[in-house]
Amino acid sequence: MHAIIEIGYLIATLSFLGGLKFMSSPKNAKTGNAIAAMGMVLAVVLTFIAALTAVVPYTNLVIMCLAIAVGTVIGKRLSDKVEMTGMPQLVSLFNATGGGCAMLLGLVEANQMDVSTAILGNKILLIAGLITGAVALTGSIIAERKLAGKVKDRRTKAVIFSARILLGSMLLLPVLYFIGIIPIGFTAFMYILAAVAMVYGVLFVLPIGGADMPVVISLLNSITGIATAFAGFVYGNKVMIAGGIFVGAAGILLTLLMCKAMNRSLLKVLAGTFKKSTNGAVEEEQEIKEISISETAMSLSFAQKVAIIPGYGLAVAQAQHMCGQLQLLLEKRNTQVDYIIHPVAGRMPGHMNVLLAEANVAYSHLKEMDEGNENMAQYDTVLVIGANDVVNPAAENNPDSPVYGMPIIRAHESKQVIVMKRSMGKGYAGVQNDLFGLDNCSILFGDAKVSLQEILNQLKLI
Amino acid sequence: MDTPTFHQTTTNSLSMDFINQHIQEIYFVIFCVFIGIEVIANVPAILHTPLMSGANAISGVILVGAIIVMLRVPADDYLNLTLGGIAVFLGTLNISGGFFVTGRMLKMFNPKK
Repeated sequence: MHAIIEIGYLIATLSFLGGLKFMSSPKNAKTGNAIAAMGMVLAVVLTFIAALTAVVPYTNLVIMCLAIAVGTVIGKRLSDKVEMTGMPQLVSLFNATGGGCAMLLGLVEANQMDVSTAILGNKILLIAGLITGAVALTGSIIAERKLAGKVKDRRTKAVIFSARILLGSMLLLPVLYFIGIIPIGFTAFMYILAAVAMVYGVLFVLPIGGADMPVVISLLNSITGIATAFAGFVYGNKVMIAGGIFVGAAGILLTLLMCKAMNRSLLKVLAGTFKKSTNGAVEEEQEIKEISISETAMSLSFAQKVAIIPGYGLAVAQAQHMCGQLQLLLEKRNTQVDYIIHPVAGRMPGHMNVLLAEANVAYSHLKEMDEGNENMAQYDTVLVIGANDVVNPAAENNPDSPVYGMPIIRAHESKQVIVMKRSMGKGYAGVQNDLFGLDNCSILFGDAKVSLQEILNQLKLI
Repeated sequence: MDTPTFHQTTTNSLSMDFINQHIQEIYFVIFCVFIGIEVIANVPAILHTPLMSGANAISGVILVGAIIVMLRVPADDYLNLTLGGIAVFLGTLNISGGFFVTGRMLKMFNPKK
């Protein structure tokens, strides 16, 4: 019996790995997801079977089955209901549930543990799992609230100072406890640690800028994985250790990749600092050329090659479907249309690709930043829709700019740039965009969805 | 865990004993880290959001631990039954939501013919 369960766990572990591996191509990714999900079901079912060989109270089984049934249904409903633009928030929320599970598990295990015989190593692992889980729980909730625009950045000295104190005490308290300076029971101590770690999770994410939230979510995701691995050690359960470590490693790697795409160091992200422009007050006056809808339509109708650079603004305006229609119409007129996508366009790396895929834009039309930049001079018209910082030439030629060094799409090298914007409001980074003042750039004010619809109407007439 | 044959009885320090007892797990973790990074490194940027979401679902394997802990709770220990029940619920939510949402995202990458 034992051997069968161990082999089952091994298969589950391999399925996680295979699932992640299959995610490397859009064609197989769906299969990969299904394989990993199947492995997960296998692992859970096996744990149940192992349990049934022992005597388990009826009450416990009922509670567990109920919890699993309700959890499955709610999870399915939440994921069916979510808008594609709200995807990053939901991922963050689900991450919070994983962290919460890890934290509660630590508490219950501490309540159950025979403290007199439990070895020190297990207690330390339990504490580590509890703390990481609690931080992931509250941190992810704050990250979700921030992405939803419900919580603002609080970069005050008090917050940062308290966060450091809490971080210090999370490291120091266990040491003091094990030396014997804190004379309370292990269970009570665990509750205190859980409370401290939950408050720390909040204070840890509060000062970090909204633009950095994807990085933070990825990091918290990684932390949940590590919490899972710690719990896996406590039970000597290899499927938990392996699953947790895979997620932990993947999360850290993704975090670093994202930081690279934004040219930010992870430490700067965590410190919540954004390099202030050294001569911020003396921003040059820009001369901005406005363009009308009919001029835009005209320009598109004469173009041979058109590029669309989408940003989060497009997603917010729900204009991705219009974009798809525009592309079809232009293609009928023998105009080539490409989408050039910045690695961090949208709210997460690859989020924009999901949004465009939702609008049925074929995969072959999506160009990555480097490919787009190489051929930029060939494009007759470049439409920038709801993107701002990722096309700011200041990133390349103004060392004083806060975005300096960030890889950008060089839209300014094309023959003509039309930027669709609602207003002259600044982008996520809050920086003036040098692109708007250039000779080959004009701005079309208005809601992207409405503008695109009108461009479509006019193009049909031309 | 078996004690390796090369175990040195002369080193009696706590840390050495700990390492000796857990050497297999330590190997296991190191291999997992490398395999994990190796597998993820080849995923193109366009699939990073589904990847993050899928990895998130996998971290829901913590549910296995929650079930194990629930099995040990006495049937009249209502506090722990409640906490454990919530843990099982949260773990399941993490798994089911994570895989369903990833599936929904990925479905969009195959445009209907």
